[in-house]
Amino acid sequence: MRLLLAYSLRNLRTRKITTALTAGGMALVLFVFAAVLMLDSGLKQTLVSTGEDANAIFVRRSAEVEIQSMVDRRQAGIIESQPEVLLGSDGAPVVSKEVVVLIALPRQGSGQTSNIVTRGVGAAVLTLRPKIHIAKGRMFRPGSNEIMIGGALVGRFSGLQEGSTLRFAQRDWQVVGQFDAGGSGFDSEIWGDNAQFMQAFRRDAYSSVVVRLASRAGFNSIKARLESDRRLTVEAKREGVFYEEQSRLMSGFIQILGVTLSVLFSVGAVIGATITMYAAVASRKREIGALRALGFRRSSILVAFLAEAMLLGMVGWVVGLSLASLMMLVKVTTLNWASLSELAFRFVLTPGIVLQSLCFAIVMGFLGGFLPALRASRMKIVDALRAN
Amino acid sequence: MMQFFKLVARNSLRNRLRSALTVAGIVAAILAFGLLQTIVEAWFAGVDGAVASRLITRNSISFSSPLPRAYEKRIREVDGVRDVTFVTWFGGIYKDAKNFFPQYAVDSASYFRMYPENVVPEDVLREFQHDRRGAIIGRKLANRFGLKPGDVVQLEGTIYPGPWEFVVKGIFDGRDPKIDTTQLFFRWDYLNETLRMRSKAQAEQVGVFVVDVADVNRVAEVSEAIDHTFRNSFAETRTETERAFQIGFMKQTESILISIRVVSFVVIFIILSVMANTMAMTARERLAEYATLKVLGFGPGYVASLILAESVVLALVGAAVAIWLTPLVAAQIAVLTKALFPTLVVSKDTVALQAVAALTVGVLSAVFPMWRASRVNIIEGLRAVG
Repeated sequence: MRLLLAYSLRNLRTRKITTALTAGGMALVLFVFAAVLMLDSGLKQTLVSTGEDANAIFVRRSAEVEIQSMVDRRQAGIIESQPEVLLGSDGAPVVSKEVVVLIALPRQGSGQTSNIVTRGVGAAVLTLRPKIHIAKGRMFRPGSNEIMIGGALVGRFSGLQEGSTLRFAQRDWQVVGQFDAGGSGFDSEIWGDNAQFMQAFRRDAYSSVVVRLASRAGFNSIKARLESDRRLTVEAKREGVFYEEQSRLMSGFIQILGVTLSVLFSVGAVIGATITMYAAVASRKREIGALRALGFRRSSILVAFLAEAMLLGMVGWVVGLSLASLMMLVKVTTLNWASLSELAFRFVLTPGIVLQSLCFAIVMGFLGGFLPALRASRMKIVDALRAN
Repeated sequence: MMQFFKLVARNSLRNRLRSALTVAGIVAAILAFGLLQTIVEAWFAGVDGAVASRLITRNSISFSSPLPRAYEKRIREVDGVRDVTFVTWFGGIYKDAKNFFPQYAVDSASYFRMYPENVVPEDVLREFQHDRRGAIIGRKLANRFGLKPGDVVQLEGTIYPGPWEFVVKGIFDGRDPKIDTTQLFFRWDYLNETLRMRSKAQAEQVGVFVVDVADVNRVAEVSEAIDHTFRNSFAETRTETERAFQIGFMKQTESILISIRVVSFVVIFIILSVMANTMAMTARERLAEYATLKVLGFGPGYVASLILAESVVLALVGAAVAIWLTPLVAAQIAVLTKALFPTLVVSKDTVALQAVAALTVGVLSAVFPMWRASRVNIIEGLRAVG
């Protein structure tokens, strides 16, 4: 068997152009396949890491995203006084009553505008979301017109950096800091004081209330109690789940598109492999005859040619995946259809994707090589030896 | 000349399995290419459908912030404005979130007057104007859910909470197949009346104003004048042409569009690699014949054109099948994806692009074998074993 494998490997090497062209076609298919999966995992990672599981978010019932939601001051007061809410070192509940408004800002370079989330947050927000830290400058002072910006915004919007002034909602805002939210969705947001934002945007209700729970298990009881409270019209979700749901629409689209394309494209590559393998079988008839005469079984011949085709697929996999991994350097910004705001994320290569694309490559090689290998294994020794 | 074509035809049919596989590959690739182009075009359908004399006035904060209904009167007074209407995005859920389709609250008197591309029968419009809970739905939406006039549609509000009920008064058609008929329109006054009771803060507001300008050449001036009217007010406005408004939307999903475009060219390279491989193998096997032709006195140009013709013939046969299949598959995709692509029409440009792509693949695949065959040394060629 080892001899046959070495034989297959050598054959791939001798017919360089054909091998390169066939493997090249497969590499392109695998590139598309892997790149799409990487895009999807990047999107998910960004949105999933946006929420903390120890936090509960309250939005108005049936609102899917924060911009659709309204929670008035009285309801917010009831939510923050629940016993499940963690108390900070100062004895005050760790709560952020947030007001979320989209603003349109001109992008760097073009005059086109993009929607950005501005989030008015409570003073305890950094205790509430411990993964976020100030990268540059400082936190805004409560009650002032100071704001801080997420790291992913820098360079994408003209004049948006620490120390600059930004005008929206008919007021000038001082950018005093830049925060790093670890690549999560918050990195594409602008944060300021919630009371100031409510006044500037002329809102009299919050968009959401986020509380830190003293224990993760407390979620079920606070949810059950508040959702059945007739004074309230809110719905409770774990913050992680809330943001994960926002990725579903986009992620579903990317996955469907990507898988459809990969399957469609792989038809081309599989046909390429079939043509190559048929030619390989045809030009090696005498060799096959000789191998059979030496005592190799039909099944061994079948396996040898299948192995050759799958090797071809694996060459394509190595090239395609290497190309795809270069995509990790690319930053993508797109409109998130759920929240209607712009979101920045990266291509992320996970071990799962490496494995999935390997399987895809081997399956492509197998499908392409199966019929030719079958033909090779079915040849009669005498006919094969007689062929020129 | 006849003899030349006979040779090409015979050559193409010699290794039938290989030729058939190659053509099948081309069909798959050109089909995929055509479908992707069609999808990208569908994305831009809103931009193409934009009317030059229509302006959209939205809140300067962003389009998700509303404007006071009272602005209508003041916009109407701006010089150069012929007509004004307003639209509010409703965003309700019909039975399940998967059943997404756009719903708009509109002014029953003026909306359809300003959107002649949505063709509403006169009696339907009259009924709509007489029933506060009335709704008019597009043909595709009606077909999708089997809705007919008289049916009650219940939506669960996301922006405007609670259950909402509308009575289908009739169905509108698009003026041409590119018009989106997956929408539902209902009356803004019904929305407003209910909001006054349920959620006062959201009442008396609209999403955007749509302004019809009398003279297309004065569009820029009029939009400036509208924005000037509301400067330093509670809700400042931003007015732009319908086209610019649509492009603004597109631009934000640009990275997805770019990737679809890039990917649609990747498939051309995939098929190029398959086709080039086929031609290289074919030419290698026939080196002896090319040498024979040369012995008989045919020049290197003749040999080369034989290969080129064979390659182009294979590519074009594949392209013809693919072009025939594209509209059929596109229609199927439109049905499967439902709301995502309201209009999926294969344009002439797409067909032309498909043909050009196939021709390019055919020609490029032949280049290397042509070069090799035309340079083949007679002695060596005759000695070569396929």
